[in-house]
Amino acid sequence: MNEEMTRAQLLRRGAAGAAMLSVPGLLAACGGSGGGGGGAGGATTEKLNKVLNFANWPYYIDTPQTLKAAGIHKPTTLKQFTQKTGIKINYYEEINDNPGYFAKVQGRLSKGQGIGRDIIVSTDNDRFLAEYIENKWAQKLDKSLIPNIKNLIPAQQHPPFDPHRDYALPWASGMDGIAWNDKVSDPVTSVKQLFEDPKLKGRVGVWNSMGDTLGLVMLENGDDPAKVTDASFNRAIARVQKAVSSGQIRKFYGNDYAPVLAKGDLMATMAWSGDIANLADPHCHWGVPTHGGIIWTDNMIIPLGGSVPTASTYMNFMYGPIISAQWALGANYISSVKEVKASAVKLDPKAASNDLTFPPDKTLAQMHQNDPAMLRNPDYNKKWLAVQGE
Amino acid sequence: MLWLAIFFLVPMVFLGYQSLQSGLFPHFQFTWEFSNFSSALSGYHTQLIRSFVYAGIATLACLVLAYPLAYWIAFRAGPWRNLFLLFIVAPFFVTYLVRTLAWLNILADDGPVVRVLRDIHVLGPDGRLLATTFAVVAGITYNFLPFMALPLYVSLEQIDPRLLEASKDLYASSTQAFLRVTVPLSMPGIVAGTLLTFIPAAGDFINAALLGTPNQAMIGNVIQAKFLDSLDYPTAASLSFILMATILVLLLIYARIVGSEKLTG
Repeated sequence: MNEEMTRAQLLRRGAAGAAMLSVPGLLAACGGSGGGGGGAGGATTEKLNKVLNFANWPYYIDTPQTLKAAGIHKPTTLKQFTQKTGIKINYYEEINDNPGYFAKVQGRLSKGQGIGRDIIVSTDNDRFLAEYIENKWAQKLDKSLIPNIKNLIPAQQHPPFDPHRDYALPWASGMDGIAWNDKVSDPVTSVKQLFEDPKLKGRVGVWNSMGDTLGLVMLENGDDPAKVTDASFNRAIARVQKAVSSGQIRKFYGNDYAPVLAKGDLMATMAWSGDIANLADPHCHWGVPTHGGIIWTDNMIIPLGGSVPTASTYMNFMYGPIISAQWALGANYISSVKEVKASAVKLDPKAASNDLTFPPDKTLAQMHQNDPAMLRNPDYNKKWLAVQGE
Repeated sequence: MLWLAIFFLVPMVFLGYQSLQSGLFPHFQFTWEFSNFSSALSGYHTQLIRSFVYAGIATLACLVLAYPLAYWIAFRAGPWRNLFLLFIVAPFFVTYLVRTLAWLNILADDGPVVRVLRDIHVLGPDGRLLATTFAVVAGITYNFLPFMALPLYVSLEQIDPRLLEASKDLYASSTQAFLRVTVPLSMPGIVAGTLLTFIPAAGDFINAALLGTPNQAMIGNVIQAKFLDSLDYPTAASLSFILMATILVLLLIYARIVGSEKLTG
């Protein structure tokens, strides 16, 4: 009863655009663990909630449209989860960038309070994922409910921010590249072209996320984004600054560049691999820049106040081979589940040719990772904000 | 008094306290860090000055647009007055953010306005409106116009028409009557309108964020980014103080020029 009421409240206020502020105590009411960074582990007597509140980025899940485009005639994974478990999912596409979301939720988390979400997603090439875990704002996963964790690929089993995968599980990996709209622009294949071609002046987008944008610029400069020095950092910043001052760059975007590109206000923009495919606009194209791209992984965590059993059950579901394959084909991002390609081919024989979901080795060889030390350097972060005029 | 204490003084004290802290989020310490102010000023004086320039231009534009409008409604609209006032207030039925987003579409590079302007060669073939200073200032002007128009209307409407007739009897031309009778008598409206427009416009960030580029960033954008993106609360708090102090100083100068009794009505 109580749950029913709070959920209705949540939806109403969510519609009013105030969901973040209005759902305190929802999880307490639903019987979430409400505080303390949970070390209870194993024997859980807590029952599952009837609702899972999931905060994610836009363009990040299989939808009826994307499944249709992929030739898969099945309900979405969200629907299948509800059919299987009876747990309804409130799926919020409310994360536009890592710092902005962190800033919104940290006030309550730092006081040990819930944020009305059972799962949130944070990227490993920004400093905030580590902050959630180090500050004990993420709860421990209940691995007894996630037997499918055995399907996690070895490359993802021991990341530096969570060496034993106690707190975070990969949602998706993706690649940084450049997208363009062929109605208004020729193909744009390098950062140099993006920043210096006078035809693109004022109609170029870059990310407001330091690791992504500077990573691509460093590659263009011939510097290694995985090992950043003051000199290579300053070279990259200077190059962005020049493109800002010349008026080449229109804006620093979160995840909100895709519709602007489709409209044609942006001729070309730095873009994440799957977004452009999910936009399903025949005029928008995406490619890896000539000097290489950056690869990153978004991770699911359970914030304080979230229901650990409910969230863990969902994670287990998403780590099933067939489900993860369907998601990968529908979302056009890279799964961290073993053998996902074999399962995908079962769903759709053409799947193997989906280069965004199953990037060929040639593409992966062009991918680099960000230097974690750069991401957490306060001076660098300051300089990065200064270049955005902010 | 209690109202003022709870809703103004307490937040101010907290803001002041935060502006003198140092350290990295979330481990701030109170250290009387006055250098926050100097570094904020030296780092962001461009955006501060830009904010006041934009707000100033927008306020003047509002005055130029709103005065004839308010004048016409007050003296010529007759029985239709209330209807026209409703038209001025009508945009408020849609939220600020959505109204600004609408301009994003109207001024879009492939939108109707830009296309027409290109066809009649007001804009070059690659010319655009969105993401320019013009778009930001126009956005501010549009959004704050009612704040100028309504006080102007109130003061114009109170002018006794017999005074204007009297000035004509004394052989004043229409222009003279307007300049020596109407304008001085509407001064309280002009002062109130300019203040109601200028002060919030100087701190505005929505227009610059949606209609501008990094080169149009205003001080409000900086404060917002400091709070929400870089989690640098002390600098954000000191910038807020600087903004407030600058507005206060400008207000005092303004009061000096127009006479302080006009400020209080």
